[in-house]
Amino acid sequence: MNLKLRVWRQRGPSDPGRMITYSVEDLSPDASFLEMLDVLNEKLILDGDDPIAFDHDCREGICGMCGMMINGVAHGPERATTTCQLHLRHFSDGDTIDVEPWRAAAFPVVKDLAVDRGAFDRIIQAGGYITAPTGAAPDAHATPVPKADADAAFEAATCIGCGACVAACPNGSAMLFTAAKVAHLGLLPQGQPERHTRVLDMIDAQDAAGFGGCTNAGECTAVCPKGIPLTLIGRLNSDYRHAAAPNSR
Amino acid sequence: MDHYRLGEEIRDAAAPDGPVETRWERRRFEAKLVNPANRRKLTVIVVGTGLAGGSAAATLAEAGYRVRSYCYQDSPRRAHSIAAQGGINAAKNYRNDGDSIYRLFYDTVKGGDFRARESNVYRLAEVSVNIIDQCVAQGVPFAREYGGLLDNRSFGGTQVSRTFYARGQTGQQLLLGAYQAMERQIAAGTIEMFARHEMLELIVVGGRARGIVVRDLVTGEITTDLADAVVLASGGYSNVYFLSTNAKGCNVTASWRAHRKGALFANPCFTQIHPTCIPQSGEHQSKLTLMSESLRNDGRVWVPLSSGDTRPPGQIPEDERDYYLERIYPAFGNLVPRDIASRAAKNVCDEGRGVGPGGLGVYLDFADAIERLGRHAVEERYGNLFEMYQRITGEDPYEVPMRIYPAMHYTMGGLWVDYDLQSTIPGLFVIGEANFSDHGANRLGASALMQGLADGYFVLPNTINNYLASGPFDRLDASHEAVVAARTAVEDRLTKLLAVDGDRTVDSFHRELGHIMWEHCGMERTEEGLTKAISLIRGLRDEFWTRVQVPGTGEQLNQNLEKAGRVADFFELAELMCIDALHRRESCGGHFRAESQTSDGEALRHDDEFGYVAAWEYGDLPTLHKERLDFEYVHPSTRSYK
Repeated sequence: MNLKLRVWRQRGPSDPGRMITYSVEDLSPDASFLEMLDVLNEKLILDGDDPIAFDHDCREGICGMCGMMINGVAHGPERATTTCQLHLRHFSDGDTIDVEPWRAAAFPVVKDLAVDRGAFDRIIQAGGYITAPTGAAPDAHATPVPKADADAAFEAATCIGCGACVAACPNGSAMLFTAAKVAHLGLLPQGQPERHTRVLDMIDAQDAAGFGGCTNAGECTAVCPKGIPLTLIGRLNSDYRHAAAPNSR
Repeated sequence: MDHYRLGEEIRDAAAPDGPVETRWERRRFEAKLVNPANRRKLTVIVVGTGLAGGSAAATLAEAGYRVRSYCYQDSPRRAHSIAAQGGINAAKNYRNDGDSIYRLFYDTVKGGDFRARESNVYRLAEVSVNIIDQCVAQGVPFAREYGGLLDNRSFGGTQVSRTFYARGQTGQQLLLGAYQAMERQIAAGTIEMFARHEMLELIVVGGRARGIVVRDLVTGEITTDLADAVVLASGGYSNVYFLSTNAKGCNVTASWRAHRKGALFANPCFTQIHPTCIPQSGEHQSKLTLMSESLRNDGRVWVPLSSGDTRPPGQIPEDERDYYLERIYPAFGNLVPRDIASRAAKNVCDEGRGVGPGGLGVYLDFADAIERLGRHAVEERYGNLFEMYQRITGEDPYEVPMRIYPAMHYTMGGLWVDYDLQSTIPGLFVIGEANFSDHGANRLGASALMQGLADGYFVLPNTINNYLASGPFDRLDASHEAVVAARTAVEDRLTKLLAVDGDRTVDSFHRELGHIMWEHCGMERTEEGLTKAISLIRGLRDEFWTRVQVPGTGEQLNQNLEKAGRVADFFELAELMCIDALHRRESCGGHFRAESQTSDGEALRHDDEFGYVAAWEYGDLPTLHKERLDFEYVHPSTRSYK
């Protein structure tokens, strides 16, 4: 199949950037979206042009390194799919596809389609952990965890930190990302001692990093490749209210 | 011998003797300690943030050392450990099914086809139980049963259920645990994190590893970082095959640069081909995706009984199917170890009974499991794997059997380390997949996560003290001649890569190298093929340095320059792998030499001649140092899973 791509090219953070049009031909519908960009880059290199920079690594949907806006949708048209797991069979021969980086104040563009998501790490630094120094742990069976809680914690913990939620949010909010971590740790007995400080500190870090506030638009969960549900944000808000109440700190 | 020369034998000077179950305790007692006030004065560089590097960085920082941590990804949370699916072994015996530390030790030595050290493997089994405790305390959401206790499943190569898991995302959950512990230390200021930085050289001063040269992948700036010790946790080298289950960025450069600086490289030809991967779909293929081995618990592997049977699987009646693993290996059936399952798949495909495009595939069928357990239970166990399969292939595995084929997955070989995980360069420690130590010639499923975390949480943080107790070492700065020389060498090499200005892309060379390796140093190896591969690799390497086209400059984000440096190192490694494979005229574990097999086609070891670790010293003509392996507890026998 043949495709026309309009790709955001930006040499660096201070370059204003622009859309450039490319044609890619003779593609297999079984190729992935990133493999299509590989093909295009091979051609650009041999033509003496600068290949398109984009982040990617595992190419099996789990490392969270890849991500781009495809026709205006984070990770493209398929539900619960990362860009690397999106295959060309979901497009039609002759399509024109717009490819852009995540656009959010807290994720500055590094080059072309690659952005800096270091702000996510700073949110985790603020409290996205359980303090359990190596060697200090009791036997794993000392504290049983109800299966329903363990399963719910796991579901929240599957977040891959790709940033699609932020890119899709009209406010550039990281609330779904933060809520997923707050829920993961807050659902487990091991996470209780730091439950209140965690949520307050992570929200502070999120605000400091330049993410917007949440207005329950729900765009985040619609594009999340792991299907992290919007209800976790409600859970975060509940935790936050308890934590911020005058008597709880 | 014309590809190498023979050097002196080496031995593991750090290994304690005495009863195997007391060795680790003795080593910990006899190793020197560093008092907490002095730890603040000592700096350790950790390269790589996977399970081994992440857990080591966090633990060393908690202990009070100053840690500087490096990764090439944009965040330490993305290291390729994240993609491990199936689980992590531990000798908890929560199932009361006869498991014990000794049994895990026994299974691992045997599974490694008697090419690993007993002392190391026993220690691994011993600390496995602590890993689970540690991870649960950190909030790793392992699968649980209705009573709230941890669930276990069985895995290839064992007859007990000792594998802890978090759906098909165990690696992700364990890595996030280590990552979060790291981020806590970053916030505390005890770890300084350098993401999007790549180590391009090791700095050795006065015979000790004292630092690294790194490139900032965003700005292209080359800097040096100096410390009291360097820990490499930079993973394996499966990407020498171009197509593998590794992430695209995984590379051997950190290890290879250390090797060139004097660290011995052990058993490079011990590579693991994973039996259950999604077959290649075309020329565009950029990587292969693994489907967790845990699928073999409930899936049944089969091919048509007769060759050339092109009927869809649903139309092939039971009595015209060959469930060949169950037929050949009745005791272990579909759960035989990876090397055996891979070769059996190759054999049936060679007989013309393979399925799917090009006949390079076998079925992994869940119809019986769905009937026995119900769709819901199968979904509960493997839901995300089934989804992943469907997404990639466009086929629904609940309706039609999966098609799978072996793919390069893990490398047992790596930098040689002693019992303390220290390489032959003092002050250079190597942990996780980057070292060679625990899996022998074949790794059992769910043991990579165990080893990575054992090394990082429990082994290295104890053994490195013994070295650091002699520090702090002489103060150094960036103007020291050895530091300047290392830095200049890196700059010159990058300039040279950019200056070739040829007419072939880096990827085109990498693909061709991978093809040579898969053909001649893959699932089956022969003297003729390996000799041919060595000459092909040399020719291609020369061509690389005259025809490669690396666009752009060194002073920017330049992903092709990154790749070019990695591929240049893969060329050198590939040659050593073939030399190692050629010299080892026996079959063992993942290394199958066609010349050395039993009458029924099973691997034939030669313990008297090859019962050693092959540790290679870098040189125009590599030098082989043998480390003899002694087995006091698990006596070498023919591995049989029949």
